[in-house]
Amino acid sequence: MSTDSATHGGVRSAHVSHHFKDATQEYDSGKQGIWLFMVTEILMFGAILVGYGIFHNIYPEMFAEGAKTLDWRMGFINTLVLIFSSFTMAISISFVQKNETKKAAFALATTVLCGAIFMVIKYFEYSHKFHLGLYPGHFLDTAKVGAEHANLGMYFGFYYCMTGLHGIHVLVGMGLIIWLLIRTIRGDFHSQYWLPVEGVGIFWHIVDLIWIFLFPLLYLVG
Amino acid sequence: MATTSAHGDNYLNHEKGLWSWLTTVDHKRIGLMYMITVMFFFLIGGIMALLLRLELFAPNAAANVGGVLKNGDVYNQVLTYHGAIMVFMVIVPGIPAILGNFFLPLHIGAKDVAFPKINLASWYCFMAGAALAVLTLFTKKIDTGWTFYTPYSIKTGTATVMMVLGAFIMGMSSILTGLNFIVTVHKLRAPGMTMHRMPLFVWALYSTAILQMLATPVLGITLLLLAAEKLFGVGIFDPALGGDPVLFQHFFWFYSHPAVYIMIIPAMGVVSELITTFSRKVIFGYTAIAYSSLGIAAVSFFVWGHHMFVSGQSETAGILFSFLTMLVGVPTAIKMFNWVATLYRGSVTFDSPMLFALGFLFLFAIGGVTGIMLATLPINVHFHDTYFVVAHFHYVMVGGTLMALMGGFYYWFPKMFGRMFNEFTARMSFIFIFIGFNVTFFPQFILGAMGMPRRYFDYIPAYESLNKISTIGSWLILTGFLFGLYTIVQGIRKGAIAPMNPWRSKTLEWTTSSPPPHENFKVEPIVTAGPYEYR
Amino acid sequence: MMWFNIAKAQSFMPTQGTEIAKQVDNLYGFLLITSFIACVLVIGGMIYFVWKYRRKSSEDKTAYISHNTFLEFLWSFIPLVIFLGVFAWGWFIYHDMRSMPKNALEINILGKQWAWEVEYKNGYKTVNEVVVPIGQDVKLLLSSNDVIHSFFIPSFRIKQDAVPGRYTALWFRADKLGDFHIFCTEYCGTSHSGMIGKLKVVSREEFDNYLEQGQEERHLPLAKKGEKLFAVKACASCHSVDSPAPKVGPSLFQKFGHKEVMDDGTEITFDENYIRESILEPNKHIVKGFPKGVMPTFQGQLNENELNALVEYIKELK
Repeated sequence: MSTDSATHGGVRSAHVSHHFKDATQEYDSGKQGIWLFMVTEILMFGAILVGYGIFHNIYPEMFAEGAKTLDWRMGFINTLVLIFSSFTMAISISFVQKNETKKAAFALATTVLCGAIFMVIKYFEYSHKFHLGLYPGHFLDTAKVGAEHANLGMYFGFYYCMTGLHGIHVLVGMGLIIWLLIRTIRGDFHSQYWLPVEGVGIFWHIVDLIWIFLFPLLYLVG
Repeated sequence: MATTSAHGDNYLNHEKGLWSWLTTVDHKRIGLMYMITVMFFFLIGGIMALLLRLELFAPNAAANVGGVLKNGDVYNQVLTYHGAIMVFMVIVPGIPAILGNFFLPLHIGAKDVAFPKINLASWYCFMAGAALAVLTLFTKKIDTGWTFYTPYSIKTGTATVMMVLGAFIMGMSSILTGLNFIVTVHKLRAPGMTMHRMPLFVWALYSTAILQMLATPVLGITLLLLAAEKLFGVGIFDPALGGDPVLFQHFFWFYSHPAVYIMIIPAMGVVSELITTFSRKVIFGYTAIAYSSLGIAAVSFFVWGHHMFVSGQSETAGILFSFLTMLVGVPTAIKMFNWVATLYRGSVTFDSPMLFALGFLFLFAIGGVTGIMLATLPINVHFHDTYFVVAHFHYVMVGGTLMALMGGFYYWFPKMFGRMFNEFTARMSFIFIFIGFNVTFFPQFILGAMGMPRRYFDYIPAYESLNKISTIGSWLILTGFLFGLYTIVQGIRKGAIAPMNPWRSKTLEWTTSSPPPHENFKVEPIVTAGPYEYR
Repeated sequence: MMWFNIAKAQSFMPTQGTEIAKQVDNLYGFLLITSFIACVLVIGGMIYFVWKYRRKSSEDKTAYISHNTFLEFLWSFIPLVIFLGVFAWGWFIYHDMRSMPKNALEINILGKQWAWEVEYKNGYKTVNEVVVPIGQDVKLLLSSNDVIHSFFIPSFRIKQDAVPGRYTALWFRADKLGDFHIFCTEYCGTSHSGMIGKLKVVSREEFDNYLEQGQEERHLPLAKKGEKLFAVKACASCHSVDSPAPKVGPSLFQKFGHKEVMDDGTEITFDENYIRESILEPNKHIVKGFPKGVMPTFQGQLNENELNALVEYIKELK
């Protein structure tokens, strides 16, 4: 599959791999593939949310107690940061479609920066919890942290699993956007070919969307 | 592959050298790479199976000294590897990744799958996951059974985390393959190839791909949570920390029940192809077979609880799951009747692929009716976790899937390698596998009815003679597969040059040369009729 | 009905110990017959067709029959009706199985790796042996100490998982005297297949005597009491007492007074103190050739008197 987008006689050509008939077929296939992949992502997080729901039903007080130890302001800032990054991601696609490469690169760079801010805030939240001894599961010493609920460790089990898995997705997304940024600066994407930008964009939006579910479930509930 | 010079330019000699194989994005080559790896893992899993049977031939656990295997721990490890390897590395990838990869694009007149690079990535994922899983053999090994039930898998001192991560990565491979197939079917069909002109094998792969996509992520997160449980003690599945071990079973079977259809539906697709070709007759009830695959796929998501009738779930849940399970029986029965009806007024030959298809019908009929027995609540209570279940799922998975895989493999062999195989040894492989299979597994139904639990290293004297018969059967199966291996190797090396369409079949893959050229068709085919126009 | 009885005779099911077992077997007999007929239809039809329509010449013309709506309806609808009938029949029996009787004799069963601990209402404890009176509703309350086990009595056609962290239950009313097998059917590790118990159905008087005798055993001599404890604590799943062959752990047969080599090379005499230490702190000194961390501690689970009894019993293993 050739990925070079050399210009032919000054006209930028659409990008078509060997086994596709035309650019439309490639674009449609690619987009469908990305959406199907998103379905698997949602199902994966869906399953852990089901687990959350079940245990929340059994131990509502435990989840309330756990939520109180989290700082909702940090979570709220992170929510805003991610929503803003979704916005910059979206405009980068429209810039690419309009051949405004510089603006597109700037928008992508902002998106990566937002991801980084998100992770830094997460880092502070995590290290604060470790400092307080709020570890997951049996590492949490209920006597030491003065937990009212004997199973508080499970709340943090959910907290670390859900935010950790989400955090890994943010990191992967940042990596992909950096890859897009390099290719954008190189001039690979233009008004005839922007599928990778759109694909990563969809991924980034889904990752944000998952956070929008996690934030109230972990921080605000109870 | 030095044997293909007689065929002109084709996918086997289009590029040369090992490196060209390891970096290929050609779906046909990737199919062959899967073939080699799956055969390798089948060998390992098969050796494990023979060891288990050998142990049960003459166990001597009275002083905790085994027959062949040293003690209960070794036996448990061997049964775990047998299960995990056969499920995750042989039966699940078997038909879709080998025959599906090779023939899906050929069947619909496409040059390749929609995402060839992802297809290759999927093979590497599979290899990485399988390597991780099999390498546990050199660490503390694993003894949880392939089901990884908590809390045993949390408490045991063996390499659960490594195995589970291996299975997770293989799951990603499965997701990527499924995703690729769905998009390929939606977007890459040749002109005139409407959905209702697709061969039934493609329909089966399509239904399977949907299952792979929707079920595997749930297994993925379940295995990750299990790993987290083991590493960080998060407590979700651990009763000691307020968690619920039965929740793990719910999550696990939410994947693993659809997974048994991931294993069997492609086999049903292969059998549809074989029966039409070798009776030279249009399939009876094309629509019914095509949509019953989708029907099975849909209902299969709501029957997982039938693995858990005695796990402590509520009576109501048990009743509901039993009812839904009965419903899955209907589309399966429809397929059986349709295949038999296809034979009516046909022109039937007994070439080895057809023998395997008929063997499939025979064994799958028995697997099917015993499935209905197991779906019946009070009968299930007695049979659950006994050898009856073991016999049932071997009838479906081995008698069904593996028979279809062998049959499909012989059927497409001329197309894949451009050579014919030795029909006599191929038939011998069928005879030994078929008879050996029944000798091995039919006695296990009786053992189960008598109450012998599964995963037993030792048994009470009443079960002895049937266990001995079963073990003898396993040697017959081994003989059958040795014949099969000989047939394949001999065919690839010395077989006669195959014509373009040796079976006079009507589907698209037979309209291109054997073996197919690099991009499948010299001229893009234009489809004007259905796949089984034997008039 | 003759066919029915033949099917039942050939079903290979174990002895019927309860009324429910008979009902289950009736349903199973029905299923065996219908399954047999279904297989004869499908497999027989297949064999008949492939033989009758075998290829006669390479230019055979075949019929072009793409479908037949009426036939397809029939072979979807008839199986559906049969399946639903079987489902309803099954539901009926299952409901009986799962409805716990009131005023039943309750017995607590604790599954642990790898034995069943049985405790009666009067506090009498045994292991791997459940004794119940005939003709009375018995309810077993199952729980587990470690991993999931499953309590299975083939002759009664009942089975239930014992799940750690919760209670599950089973009931039966035995109507046949005799001994029946109890199996563990949920994989639980090393000695899963050794977790076999016995269910004894006895007359009412015998049952009362049995419980009384059990009470009296509390006043046994020390070594006898130790023997009993050795069984109750399931020490025998890992340590043999009648031969020098090792199991999971070392044999205790004729060990007392001898020297043992430890895994760190030191030698320790197998005396009262070593036995005591091995029970309370099993991982402190491991005999060479055996894995560390397998034996759980019994600290806090045995009182001084019980420890004395165990030591006395092990001392007398000759």
